[in-house]
Amino acid sequence: MRKLPWASILIIGSMVLAALFAPWLTPYSPIEQSLPEKLLPPFWEAKGSTKYLLGTDIFGRDMLTRLLHGAQVSLIVTALSLLVGGGVGLMIGIISGYIGGRVDSILMRMVDAAFTFPAILFALLLAVTMGQGLGTLVVAISLLLWAGFARVIRGEVLALKERDFIALAKVHGCSEVRIMVTHILPNVMNTFMVLLTLNVGIVIVAEASLSFLGAGIPPPTPSWGLMVAEGRGKITSAWWLSLIPGIAITLVVLAFNLFGDWLRDRLDPKLRQL
Amino acid sequence: MQRYIINRLLQGVVLLVIVATIVFAVGRLTGNPVDLILPEEASEQERQDMIETLGLDGPIHEQFFVFVANAVQGDLGVSIRYRQPATDVFFSRLPNTLMLLPAAMVLAVLMAIPLGIVSALRRGGATDRISGTIAVLGIATPNFWLGILLIYIFSVQLGWLPSSRMGDWTHYVLPTVTLGTFLVAGFMRLIRSSMLEILDSEFVKLARIKGLGELRVIWKHCLRNALIPVLTLWGVFMGGLVTGAIVTETVFAWPGIGRLTYEAVLFRDFPLLQAVIIMDAVLILLINLVVDILYAYVDPRIRYT
Repeated sequence: MRKLPWASILIIGSMVLAALFAPWLTPYSPIEQSLPEKLLPPFWEAKGSTKYLLGTDIFGRDMLTRLLHGAQVSLIVTALSLLVGGGVGLMIGIISGYIGGRVDSILMRMVDAAFTFPAILFALLLAVTMGQGLGTLVVAISLLLWAGFARVIRGEVLALKERDFIALAKVHGCSEVRIMVTHILPNVMNTFMVLLTLNVGIVIVAEASLSFLGAGIPPPTPSWGLMVAEGRGKITSAWWLSLIPGIAITLVVLAFNLFGDWLRDRLDPKLRQL
Repeated sequence: MQRYIINRLLQGVVLLVIVATIVFAVGRLTGNPVDLILPEEASEQERQDMIETLGLDGPIHEQFFVFVANAVQGDLGVSIRYRQPATDVFFSRLPNTLMLLPAAMVLAVLMAIPLGIVSALRRGGATDRISGTIAVLGIATPNFWLGILLIYIFSVQLGWLPSSRMGDWTHYVLPTVTLGTFLVAGFMRLIRSSMLEILDSEFVKLARIKGLGELRVIWKHCLRNALIPVLTLWGVFMGGLVTGAIVTETVFAWPGIGRLTYEAVLFRDFPLLQAVIIMDAVLILLINLVVDILYAYVDPRIRYT
């Protein structure tokens, strides 16, 4: 058995703590502007000061404060999207696999279609028509997720439903719904948990990309992707604006991916192919 | 083979209808589509004309019919920002993207195939570990940030390469690397894992027992099979490539359809975005069709399933 991925756990743990306690961790506001103190570099640069450890942005807001609050936004969007997108995928996967027949072939065609067409385009379309916001973002990212969940879960269910305990449940007179909920569902939970973890990285990158493109959470709420976008024009004079939030995104995604790999090997090694 | 191609084409048309339906539905979801289609300063007369041409006073299925009929004739509305037919704007930008995409794919293939093969042959060796690290990092790094990082290192600090717009070959380097990185990472992992499986198979053992040279075993017997998963998962890569093209072209101010998509979002240009999405769908279907044919060529078993 591979040993616990401590580095990943450390990074994920700090992010969760940052998200939970952001308002108490720094004395500054993530939104309030302070123009006289704009564009100060991080403390290790010549003009930096320890007052703003990671410097300030174009509006004089403390970078570290915005990063900590950004962790909150990232985690909320991630949790909601996984809940909605993963949940829908789980349901469709179970129904498709268990009912089979025509239902299965229609649902799987939909999954194929979802795989063929890049969900980001629908996400952008939603942002333009419905306006930016948490709801739009969660729907958009869920569109990106459900098909992957549905396909893997369906595969699991196909194998499960041939097992004896399902046949017994049928003989016992359980309804289809009851079999799906009380007999199939608990048995695909391991796979579902692994899929959730493996998808966290994808969701964080998707959220950051959509925010970067101006289709995520609207400003001035701090989001890591938005911070990268805001600093892009100042890359020649103020590198920290874009590069620091990007490092945060990469580290967190890396941590979740490695943790997901570990969890997969631990709970569900046959998913290795993914 | 013919039946296979026709089958694939039909599936593509179905997908196109689904995409068109969703675009149509989302456009009507907000209430008054005229507000989305015309610029804010449009006159009352223009609004009335638009209602007339799109049949917006008719029932919804007639509206859909008008929409599809127009779309088939290449009429997807007039861009609010460019004040030209949206499809014209799309086609004027398309060549620029078609220069960038193949460059990124060539880079991905040139790097991923040799690295994937060597990693599998010398499992746990230096190449395997280094390329494994590159793959893990490449997947975790968001495209848009990688682009900015590369600009910072190679344009701002070193001053070696231009940071934006099109031009001579130096302008291609950074966008190609940015867009190609995620493909390299994905391809490499896939090729490595399928190579490992194939190297362990009976027919490779037989080929070796027969006394075939190592190069021939790898080239003739392994590589072709190792490429199958890459083609199977092509759809997933295609999605990433479209996303990648949008953010990469945005970061490097590359005047292609990715950048156009971003502009459509930035300026809330609904007709343009709708045209981009539907034309993208057509483009993706054409590319996928080519990949499917390639797939059947690489793996003859596919045709019979």
